[in-house]
Amino acid sequence: MNSTLLVNIFRFVLLLAVQIIIFNNMNFLGYISPFPYLLFIILYPVNGNKSGLLIASFLLGLIMDMFSNSGGIHATACLVLAYFRPYIFKFSFGLSYEYQTIKLNDVLTPERFSFILLSVVIHLFTLFLLEAFQLSFFFDILLRTLLSSVFTILICIIIIYLIKPNKR
Amino acid sequence: MQQIFNFIFKNSNRLLFLLLLGISLLLTIQSHSFHRSKIISSANFLTGGVYEKINSVNEYLNLKTQNDALALENAALKSQLFNRKDTTAVPKLDSLKGVKAKDIIVSKVIHNSYNVHENYLTLNSGELQGVKTDMGVINSLGIVGIIDNTSPHYSTVISILNKKSQINAKIKKSNHFGSLIWNGKSTGFVQLIDVPRLAAIRKGDTIVTGGQSVIFPENINIGTISKIYTDNQTNYYTLDIKLFNDMTNLGHVYIIKSKDREELINLEKKEKDE
Repeated sequence: MNSTLLVNIFRFVLLLAVQIIIFNNMNFLGYISPFPYLLFIILYPVNGNKSGLLIASFLLGLIMDMFSNSGGIHATACLVLAYFRPYIFKFSFGLSYEYQTIKLNDVLTPERFSFILLSVVIHLFTLFLLEAFQLSFFFDILLRTLLSSVFTILICIIIIYLIKPNKR
Repeated sequence: MQQIFNFIFKNSNRLLFLLLLGISLLLTIQSHSFHRSKIISSANFLTGGVYEKINSVNEYLNLKTQNDALALENAALKSQLFNRKDTTAVPKLDSLKGVKAKDIIVSKVIHNSYNVHENYLTLNSGELQGVKTDMGVINSLGIVGIIDNTSPHYSTVISILNKKSQINAKIKKSNHFGSLIWNGKSTGFVQLIDVPRLAAIRKGDTIVTGGQSVIFPENINIGTISKIYTDNQTNYYTLDIKLFNDMTNLGHVYIIKSKDREELINLEKKEKDE
């Protein structure tokens, strides 16, 4: 339990640092940027403390907001993703997901992919919706969500493969 | 009582979610109104410090372009100095006070954003250097934005690439005024709205800041007209302006400290109160 906590704190800090230093400066075509920091919420242990996850995601988003001057949009998006995470689990892995041992940082299966896809799309859609804050930009929001999701998912999968534990 | 506690325990996650969602939505809504909360901004100690560290590394990567820009500016200033029409005419000083009416603070952009609808910059000078909210920020090519939040060592700037930004501007040759806004689409173009139909305009005309605002001095470059739209409902033009400035690549900037500002604002306030 203690080591999972440490791993999560480490992940929290590392992902934030990487996001702020590297990925925030990546702008394909001027407006497509990847947001792999939400891997923290995706990789949080399945049976971990749920209120802990909510608070941690809120803080994660809030720090992102501080760095990108965006008020509370990252905090809201992270919080929404953290809250709906169990439902996405249920959708992707079937009803009895809590009794199986799901390891996300492992070989990519259709279930794992659908989980990552759904999480990223929900997070980014909330993010861009709140960022534009008016419905006249609706197609712009959809376009941004679509393009940024593709990049975010690609980078998330690469990171998962990179940090995959080898011992089995 | 027991039931209330039971309810709270049973739904503790949902309640926590709603509470945090409320806070974050409040912050979001606040961020879209003009005066924002001071806490969640990149001008505070933590974020400003981190950005300064990152920038000190990044700086080396574009030293060359920055040097070129500064050299160009020096050349332009030199040519102004040598080609003065009348060498006896010294630049006018505000004779009453004996000092210039505008002061300039040199600063550096340590964080720049241009990929969202509401873009902000972070500068590495703050209250200790005399930076205050609502001062204008320019660089050698043209305007950059307006100071938003300040902390002792850092400040944030509402970039002209921000949906909230609205700056008074005019057409250089004809003195017709309009408001400069951004439609959130391209980082190279801003829009000038509410230009009267009477104005004789052509593609390529220069747009400069107008003298109506207390933030910017008059005649600071903004860009050139690249497209002209007419609004059928109102009798106004909407113009696409190609910026002189590359907003995606900013280095050294100047903050304009207007000495008459307080006086002007107080005067206008008095007018409103009466």
